[in-house]
Amino acid sequence: MLELQNVSYVLPDGHAILRDVNLSIDERFVAVTGPNGSGKSTLAKLIAGIYMPTSGKIILDGEDITTLSITERAKAGISFAFQQPVRFKGITVKDLISIAAGRKITLSETCAYLSEVGLCAKNYVDREVDASLSGGELKRIEIAMINARGTKFSVFDEPEAGIDLWSFNNLIEVFRKMYEKTKGTILIISHQERILDIADRIIVVSGGTISASGTKEEILPGLLGTVSPCRFVKEEVANGQH
Amino acid sequence: MDSIEKRLLEQVADLHEMPEGAYSLRVNGALREKKDSAHIKIVKKEDKPGIDIYIAPGTKNESVHIPVLLAETGIKETVYNDFHIGEDCDVVIVAGCGIHNCGVQDSEHSGIHTFYVGRGAKLKYVEKHYGEGDGNGKRVMNPTTVVFMEPDSYMEMETTQIKGVDSTVRTTNAKLGDGATLIIKEKIMTHGEQFAKTDFHVDLDGVGCGTHVISRSVAKDSSRQTFLSHVSGNNRCSGHTECDAIIMDEASVTALPQIEANHIDASLIHEAAIGKIAGEQLVKLMTLGLTEKEAEEEIISGFLR
Repeated sequence: MLELQNVSYVLPDGHAILRDVNLSIDERFVAVTGPNGSGKSTLAKLIAGIYMPTSGKIILDGEDITTLSITERAKAGISFAFQQPVRFKGITVKDLISIAAGRKITLSETCAYLSEVGLCAKNYVDREVDASLSGGELKRIEIAMINARGTKFSVFDEPEAGIDLWSFNNLIEVFRKMYEKTKGTILIISHQERILDIADRIIVVSGGTISASGTKEEILPGLLGTVSPCRFVKEEVANGQH
Repeated sequence: MDSIEKRLLEQVADLHEMPEGAYSLRVNGALREKKDSAHIKIVKKEDKPGIDIYIAPGTKNESVHIPVLLAETGIKETVYNDFHIGEDCDVVIVAGCGIHNCGVQDSEHSGIHTFYVGRGAKLKYVEKHYGEGDGNGKRVMNPTTVVFMEPDSYMEMETTQIKGVDSTVRTTNAKLGDGATLIIKEKIMTHGEQFAKTDFHVDLDGVGCGTHVISRSVAKDSSRQTFLSHVSGNNRCSGHTECDAIIMDEASVTALPQIEANHIDASLIHEAAIGKIAGEQLVKLMTLGLTEKEAEEEIISGFLR
């Protein structure tokens, strides 16, 4: 179980990105959603240790991990899939999956991890993780790395960002399978209704705080119905032009 | 062969002992042993230090090893090796120089290698430079490579200097005939106070010839590197030169890629990039459980692979 106790993240200029967040997560699949700039990615980076909270505590299975480094948190069982996967010159897909697994893995193991995310291993094992790979391919390799780690708490920051519709349909399948197989917790930041639809619980972050949390039946109708039109549209409606 | 020589040999040629087939082993300024094969003749030069290597036309899937080892301090030598590669060959030449210097005098090896690549021949040339020893004497290597490529020949040159060379000036001059292709891949890592200068000059003279000159380097500590590359397109041809460097600590890197078109159908591209290791690369590998230092090593070893 992961707990955030009164976690805040305030920039040096005093601007608060997250304020006094309290969360307790032990479901298998939790989705975090909310408007752009609401603090979702910051929340994910605080969990992975990329940012340190300016106040509050982060507890993983009863252990206070607030001051642990990125590496220590990774070793404690937290994985983090980047929204924008990183490219490396000279490092191959197999190298990265081996590093993720924490040991030398066989070709057939690498193939199994790649197949799970819909990549034909033959074409990818020895490919460099560089600019020659498309955004969709990189996203899948990013997910394969998280699977290879097999940790108890995996965070995915907008896995759907920057990929085409065809890849997205496959991505949903990947997450469905992951949901069935996972023994830990998957926390996924997403704007996509179809991803939210798989979740056991949806957490809504808005203006740096948790504004709602509950099952999809409780949260989704409110979310979809509360899209606020911009001022221009509101004025048109008020003037009877719409 | 003593243990120091064996270690040097392993570093520069991945060999534990002299291989099957043709080879020439030069140790401490003198030719120690050489061996011919059915298609490859190695002849000692009479007028100056060095050897001529004659590879018979049509020789396929054979290799020649010509390692040079300097294990005594204070040796300075210039060696001339000429390679005559017959038509339609498909061969590999592995050269390399290892210096062990634990004395106070400088050790210096300048190898001048000239390649005559016959029509339609295919050559892979692998060259490794390595230095070790904790004396105050410097380890200096100044390799010069001269390449003449006959029509439709192909040469791939892989040159690597990863460790222990205090000062190096690496000069390569190539002239390409019709339909010839030259690929150069250079990998350099410098550390401490080391200095490395690379100077490639490729003349694309023939119709439809082409070159790719690719350099990847890492400069650590207070080391200095200079990369010069000049590709001249003198006919319908294609040329590409690329320098990619990672800079660390207090190091300095200068990259001067230069392309010169003297023909309307010459298509030439140059690229150069110098920068430190991207923070996001380190963070990504740390989220996979590596420490920052392990992540850095992984990124550098991948980059120089």
